[in-house]
Amino acid sequence: MSGNLTLTVNGDRIRISVPASRTLLELLRYDLGLTGSKQGCDKGDCGACTVLLDGRPVLSCITLAAEAEGSRVETVESLARGTELHPLQDSFVRRGAAQCGFCTPGMLMSAKALLDGNEPVTRDAVRHSLSGNLCRCTGYTKILDAVLDAAETAGAGNSAGNGAEPTGPGPEPAPKPEPETIR
Amino acid sequence: MSRKRAAHNVVGRRLGKINSPDAVTGRTRYADDLTFPGMLHAKLVRSPHAHARIRGIDTERALALEGVHAIITGRDMPVRYGILPWTHDEYPLALTKALFVGDAVACVAAVDEATAQRAAELVEVDYEVLPAVLDPEAALAPEAVKVNERAKHGNVTKHVHLEFGDVERLLAGSAAVVEGTYDFHGTTHAAIEPHCAIGIWEPLGVLTVISATQVPHYLHRELARVLELPVDRVRVVQPPVGGAFGGKSEPFDLEFCVAKLAMVTGRPVKLLYTREEVFYAHRGRHPMHMHYRLGADAEGRLTACDARTLIDGGAYASFGLVTSYYSGQLVAAPLRLDAYRFDSTRVYTNKPACGPKRGHGSVQPRFAFEVTVDKLAERLDLDPLELRRRNLIQPGERTVNELLIRSIGFAECLDRVEAASGWKEKFRKLPFGRGVGVAGSFYITGTNYPIYPNDMPQSAVQLKLDRSGRVTVFSGVSEIGQGAESMLATVIGEELGAEPEAIRVVTGDTDLTPVDLGAYSSRVTLMAGNACLMAAREVAAKLRKAVARRWECTPRQVALLGGHAVLKRDTGTRVPLAQAIAWAEADFGTLGSVGHYNTPKDVHGDYRGGTIGASPAYSFTAHVAEVAVDVETGWVQVERIWVAHDAGKALNPVVVEGQMEGSAYMGFGEAIFEEHAFLESGLHAGPSLLDYRIPTSLDTPELVSLIVESSDPEGPYGAKEAGEGPLHPSIPAIANAIHDAVGIRLDTLPFTPAKVLAALRAPAPAEASRVEAR
Repeated sequence: MSGNLTLTVNGDRIRISVPASRTLLELLRYDLGLTGSKQGCDKGDCGACTVLLDGRPVLSCITLAAEAEGSRVETVESLARGTELHPLQDSFVRRGAAQCGFCTPGMLMSAKALLDGNEPVTRDAVRHSLSGNLCRCTGYTKILDAVLDAAETAGAGNSAGNGAEPTGPGPEPAPKPEPETIR
Repeated sequence: MSRKRAAHNVVGRRLGKINSPDAVTGRTRYADDLTFPGMLHAKLVRSPHAHARIRGIDTERALALEGVHAIITGRDMPVRYGILPWTHDEYPLALTKALFVGDAVACVAAVDEATAQRAAELVEVDYEVLPAVLDPEAALAPEAVKVNERAKHGNVTKHVHLEFGDVERLLAGSAAVVEGTYDFHGTTHAAIEPHCAIGIWEPLGVLTVISATQVPHYLHRELARVLELPVDRVRVVQPPVGGAFGGKSEPFDLEFCVAKLAMVTGRPVKLLYTREEVFYAHRGRHPMHMHYRLGADAEGRLTACDARTLIDGGAYASFGLVTSYYSGQLVAAPLRLDAYRFDSTRVYTNKPACGPKRGHGSVQPRFAFEVTVDKLAERLDLDPLELRRRNLIQPGERTVNELLIRSIGFAECLDRVEAASGWKEKFRKLPFGRGVGVAGSFYITGTNYPIYPNDMPQSAVQLKLDRSGRVTVFSGVSEIGQGAESMLATVIGEELGAEPEAIRVVTGDTDLTPVDLGAYSSRVTLMAGNACLMAAREVAAKLRKAVARRWECTPRQVALLGGHAVLKRDTGTRVPLAQAIAWAEADFGTLGSVGHYNTPKDVHGDYRGGTIGASPAYSFTAHVAEVAVDVETGWVQVERIWVAHDAGKALNPVVVEGQMEGSAYMGFGEAIFEEHAFLESGLHAGPSLLDYRIPTSLDTPELVSLIVESSDPEGPYGAKEAGEGPLHPSIPAIANAIHDAVGIRLDTLPFTPAKVLAALRAPAPAEASRVEAR
């Protein structure tokens, strides 16, 4: 029943034997200890398990680990560079886009796919890109603002002029939040 | 506070939450992210019947399965519990009867989840199926089958009848009386994190339960009682919770089961609900059938209100006693009533128990009341905003049911939504199919009394400072996403002149922190915030004294600002906070302090039930919703909701706005999308996030937050709640906007296309004359 699987996870090459029924989410959480990706429904409804598979967002709870054979997987744990947050992470913190934080890892990965792509990052485009990621806390407003904010900061060159600006007052410009844990 | 304060250090600034860096990097460890060596996994065996007597349970085949370590049934924990001490009416596992589809009857612990699941399927339960009653009206009939054996009268959990003033006389003398019947459908919390708990038993007799709960203190007490352990041998650890909204505010079967199974097996045991189980665990918003009569004089001043409410409770009491009172007590403001009567009855039915959901007990009657107000304004040919302005309760006034309102910013809430929405240009003026609606509400900032009677503080903190410069606050508050930890750091930081990030926060562990009663009833900012103020001011005084001694000035001349102790008259004279702490440690010895908060006791009436609904402070909210109704399809598109909320003082506006937006969103979902419905068999009609449709980013309207600050004398820096109040007006504002758009009154939730089309095709009643007027 076990197959030999080779894949790249967050830049690390992984060789591992897992049962054929192993989902990508189980592989990440149980075998690799990458618990950033969350299980909210285990049936592809909520999006909390979203990771990037060769750059495309997938629901890892309904993706078999075997489907990632030879592929590049990116999870929320790959976003920050050391203590430097990704612009999306930074804007999520400053704009209050994470409340309970449970949907946040999946939300960030869907947003990253949008920012990495060629589509203009308008408010509507963000709404569409995140429509498979359920959030129960925020009403999405601060999430949309944060993604638009990050698109501008990243200067991806693909943020459209019209409708791309976040609404509402922005956060204080400085100081930058300390990335180390404060708990 | 007698002295006018200078500008704040931290309070009122737009800052990220201190725990957000963990959330965005995936480092926050929720309950299911934790594992322990040798840990077993547990699964519950649940009743497939809505009502059945348990004749026997055969676990032999299940126990024979390789990898199964233990199976427990109701007989292993035959102690009744319940969140309220007056209504202990459930067992961790059903003992003699299963009362709803999904009621847990046994629990299996095995080496992994799959084995536990297989074993659970092998447990043979011999059921005698009993007639089930799902409808609350039918449950009241004398011949109805008895659902819960603990009910004293038929299937009634609680009946409340209260009358203030002469309702009938005032209604008879009113220029206009509007009467109507309203139905609230029942909704659930649907936090994205499913419930999860881990039990750990140490051989020397200490039980630790790690749980995604919002009430670690109450869980602590109930675990000790049910498992018959001394309270001091039980520890509850509450990791950050992935959303709760009231859905994790009482003990659940899984917490008792992992505890018992850990004790039986000697190994750590984890149980994670499936999403389907979360829907059956429920404890969500009660369905209510409501009849309202409301009168006004010719000038639009409200006279009297008469409300009669039937509440569908499901199989267990949960917080139902409180729900029954709240359904009446919490509509008595912000509009003044001269007389008021309510009669509320909560009944048991064979369905998952209802409980508290964000805006506990009062979101349903608020829908009925605010739509009735809208109808009354129409009858009197008044702008509904204007009618509300003519009935405002004033600061220092008591409501008709004797709740003391110390601060009220509702007038400003109305002004703000009126201006921001362009109300004057839109109301009754938009083209057919488009409309705006207004509604208002108030809500408690914490319940004045704990759920078990005692005179101890409702919230307490400990503060520790040492020569490293590190400041740590220990508090029993529960971080459930609302920003409780950031709030603690904000208040401590404000008093000690430090950035919130500089404050270490330890919460959610009954061994490490002093008691806080939990994250419910919007109590944390006011109560734990005041406890922080008390603790921080004691320590700050010592710091100033130690610095003053060395600078040869008075302590009053020393300020704590920006991470430093500063000489006020010469701000170039300063030392880092760490130095001030070291000096104080030298002068006073080890530094620490405690702070606590308890509620004022003179803020309510002394009639029976007068304490329920009483709060140290009340928040106020007004919404304007703008909708577009498609008369071909019946689809209601809510395009924008303006939310003005009197939060007293926004300690962190980003967090307060987040609560306002999240609340408005949740109410919107209940108005248009969500329905916690059951089939005749007692099965949930759609126990998944696909079928129980919570709104996505594409569905949700633009939400505009307008913070109002009335500064309450009881709140820390004037702060009141923001987590629940802003939900209340969502539903009636949308209902009233639909009426403005197409002239129909939808008095039954949710506002589905089918209901819209049916109402559009029905002959217009006389008072819904807007369509004809055009």
